[in-house]
Amino acid sequence: MNCRSEVLEVSVEGRQIEEAMLAVLHTILLHRSTGKFHYKKEGTYSIGTVGTQDVDCDFIDFTYVRVSSEELDRALRKAVGEFKDALRNSGGDGMGQISLEFYQKKKSRWPFSDECIPWEVWTIRVNVVSLANEQERQICREKVGEKLCEKVINIVEVMNRHEYLPKMPTQSEVDNVFDTGLKDVQPYLYKISYQITDSLGTSVTTTMRRLIKDTLAL
Amino acid sequence: MDTDLSSQDRKDLDKFIKFFALKTVQVIVQARLGEKICTRSSSSPTGSDWFNLAIKDIPEVTHEAKKALAGQLPAVGRSMCVEISLKTSEGDSMELEIWCLEMNEKCDKEIKVSYTVYNRLSLLLKSLLAITRVTPAYRLSRKQGHEYVILYRIYFGEVQLSGLGEGFQTVRVGTVGTPVGTITLSCAYRINLAFMSTRQFERTPPIMGIIIDHFVDRPYPSSSPMHPCNYRTTAEDNAAVYPSVEDSQEVCTTSFSTSPPSQLSSSRLSYQPAALGVGSADMGYPVVFAGGLNAAHPHQLIVPGKEGGVPLVPSQSPHATQADQERMAMCTPLDGAHYSAATPSSSEDTETVSNSSEAKSGSPHDILETIFVRKVGAFVNKPINQVTMANLDIPFAMFAPKNIELEDNDPMVNPPDSPETESPLLGSLHSEGSSGNSTGNTHDDFVMVDFKPAFSKDDILPMDLGTFYREFQNPPQLSSLSIDIGAQSMAEDLDSLPEKLAVHEKNVKEFDAFVETLQ
Repeated sequence: MNCRSEVLEVSVEGRQIEEAMLAVLHTILLHRSTGKFHYKKEGTYSIGTVGTQDVDCDFIDFTYVRVSSEELDRALRKAVGEFKDALRNSGGDGMGQISLEFYQKKKSRWPFSDECIPWEVWTIRVNVVSLANEQERQICREKVGEKLCEKVINIVEVMNRHEYLPKMPTQSEVDNVFDTGLKDVQPYLYKISYQITDSLGTSVTTTMRRLIKDTLAL
Repeated sequence: MDTDLSSQDRKDLDKFIKFFALKTVQVIVQARLGEKICTRSSSSPTGSDWFNLAIKDIPEVTHEAKKALAGQLPAVGRSMCVEISLKTSEGDSMELEIWCLEMNEKCDKEIKVSYTVYNRLSLLLKSLLAITRVTPAYRLSRKQGHEYVILYRIYFGEVQLSGLGEGFQTVRVGTVGTPVGTITLSCAYRINLAFMSTRQFERTPPIMGIIIDHFVDRPYPSSSPMHPCNYRTTAEDNAAVYPSVEDSQEVCTTSFSTSPPSQLSSSRLSYQPAALGVGSADMGYPVVFAGGLNAAHPHQLIVPGKEGGVPLVPSQSPHATQADQERMAMCTPLDGAHYSAATPSSSEDTETVSNSSEAKSGSPHDILETIFVRKVGAFVNKPINQVTMANLDIPFAMFAPKNIELEDNDPMVNPPDSPETESPLLGSLHSEGSSGNSTGNTHDDFVMVDFKPAFSKDDILPMDLGTFYREFQNPPQLSSLSIDIGAQSMAEDLDSLPEKLAVHEKNVKEFDAFVETLQ
């Protein structure tokens, strides 16, 4: 199957990186998470309830909605924190991208390991700017807030195209489609990775990490 | 597969659409309450969380939505609309957004109702949650309080977008195809607000006159009246007036099947037949809601939140309501009655209604005047000095009169008989453009507006640092430096010289003694 790929671009100031990334990632995961499945007999299952909460950004005039799951929030914050540190440490002109990839696992026969087949990839390209004074920062707060509003509208538009989604799995297959490790919500299997472009902007260098949900461990 | 919808599927679909409409209204209204919403996830299905989302049901809102629907469902030409508007403490109101839930004729016969449609409706609700935080009205609603409140109104029928002004924008939240039609959820929002930063509402008085089109009479007098509901009614009132959701709530589907359709019968939904549209007349609803009054009193969601007030938790609402009444009563004496709809007790609200259309009298303008002391705009009819002198004990007042005389006579600053409502318009408009200016040249005929010196606080009425600086930038010239005066006195000096010399000669001895002390 073809993997759907969406790219979003934002320009932010250094201290806005985390909040901007979290806003976008949480908005995507809000749409790509369901309640916990509880399988019953006869192949039926019931779905738990997903709560939501508003999060105000401190450095951006923006509020986003995320699922009420502290575990998920922690996982995303960890990933975004590492991305931010990598961006800061790279020197260069502060450009990078973070990718959120939804995938399905396909069992392979021994000795081959399971395949991870992505079905949707969201890439957020980040350009870090530095600002000279408080007035510029204030303008940046508002501008980035408006930009994030546009990004949310873009995300919602893609989500509502109702394009390919993995079939609802049977009980034995659920771990190939969903991340069942969280206790209150069940997002589709996902992984987050990031890349920092070097100052030449030509090739991708160095850091390429698989942060969470790397299922290749044998 | 049979393309006709089975009766069970049809029933399910109708139920889904009905509860989707109710939940849509809840999400929209809750997003405009002015506070952050937080609900908890639950891994065990409770059976009452429609679409697997934890969306609270505010009973009053559900009641209004059911009343608007009146047992019908959105269909072609019959859309469910939620109108969000802003009402200032002066009594002016302005439509901000219209959220529309529409149905068109494009059917998707192949889609599975109890599964795919349900999940897609759930996704659409999540999208709605995200989009409601993104339109301009969200930030306004978070800052509502003393100067304005956000109101909602639900109506069913034709979508009416004329109140949004020119150039409104539309955002589509999403669509879901069903065997009976395609459900579309979208929002049309006013964009004039984009030119007014939300800071305007924090610091400046109400925006009367900025949006010119909102003085137009409502084009749809026959549609449902707006309601000044305050959802924070006490628990007792709720039980008495509104049917609590649980009574008529139908158990929502939480069981799905991964098996082929033939086995779906094992996971049918169970529901209790509930009376749709519980008659409002039976519930002792305040008279004002049933009437066809045109006076605008939309559903009002009072949130004192930002002003450090009352937490919006139902258990605390008795205190909250009273505090809110007091607070609202303080903000504008005339309009205090507007916001006293803390409980839907009929007597209070009837008074509110009758006062609302007459509330606009002269005194709001008086209030406007005093508040506007600080805002100086070009062509403002009220010279700033006049106001400041009258109200203030300013330092160096003796030097000020010179400036007053000049400006009083200056027609540019003091145009005759301009209506007062223009001043906030001009003042606010100019403040948008001139906030970046840093120096003023008071020799010009134009008075510099909105000079904002850094780090100066505006809260000490009525003189601020900027005004002070402007006024005293041109002190009067020293007399000794003035050439005219010097020329005139030259002749006099020459004449008086001999007399002075004589006087000095008399005091020679004193001068000598003085000189000796210096040595």
